[in-house]
Amino acid sequence: MTYHEMMVKPMRDEVTRSGVKELRSVAEVDVALGPGEGTVMVFVNSVCGCAAGGARPALAMALQHAVRPQQLYTVFAGQDLDATARARSYFADYQPSSPSLALLRDGEVVHFVHRHEIEGRPPAILAANLIAAFDKYCASEGVAKSPSP
Amino acid sequence: MTGHVFHPGHQELHGVTVVVRGSSGRSWVGRYHERTERGILLHDVAIHDPATAPVDRDTWLARLRKFGVKVDAKHAVIPDGESAQVELLQPPPA
Repeated sequence: MTYHEMMVKPMRDEVTRSGVKELRSVAEVDVALGPGEGTVMVFVNSVCGCAAGGARPALAMALQHAVRPQQLYTVFAGQDLDATARARSYFADYQPSSPSLALLRDGEVVHFVHRHEIEGRPPAILAANLIAAFDKYCASEGVAKSPSP
Repeated sequence: MTGHVFHPGHQELHGVTVVVRGSSGRSWVGRYHERTERGILLHDVAIHDPATAPVDRDTWLARLRKFGVKVDAKHAVIPDGESAQVELLQPPPA
């Protein structure tokens, strides 16, 4: 069951206004996540409470950090079903989880945050986890580009 | 977080992924829904039975923490007599 787009749009906007590009079709996912080098973040958005109270605010905080992945993407679980399934195929060793976040470097998953690591935790704690991962895996890529509009 | 109700109007663990360790030795990992007189209701449940599992419980739990919960049953009710211990799958950082 998908939710009415009017209800979901603010949840999409909360992520994209941090410079994260939303992928809504299989084709868009394949273009974004297909073979390539560099660091890529994929945030699996969700309507659930731990996305609203934890994951999305944490992501916004973490993306203010100077070191960030080179490419920032999001898909919306439960809404854009095909795009989400395709995105998950790029980190298929990890069970489907929403919200969740995958950080890939040169196509390999180097950091993954599951829903069970998000539940009930304050955004600042979650953001610290992401920033540590950005520093560990993205620093050698140089300072991230400014967000795309 | 002590006192934090994840979803208002529900029990404190509602919506949180927990490990239920049974007195029989079986373990369940899933999203806690509620505890009723029938027992604990979990959603999207992974089940470990030491009699049949290829790995021990700690190894199984470590895999779940790293790779996520592989769902064996959409729902499960663990009777009160069986649910010896309930804890978070991912304890909060110290």
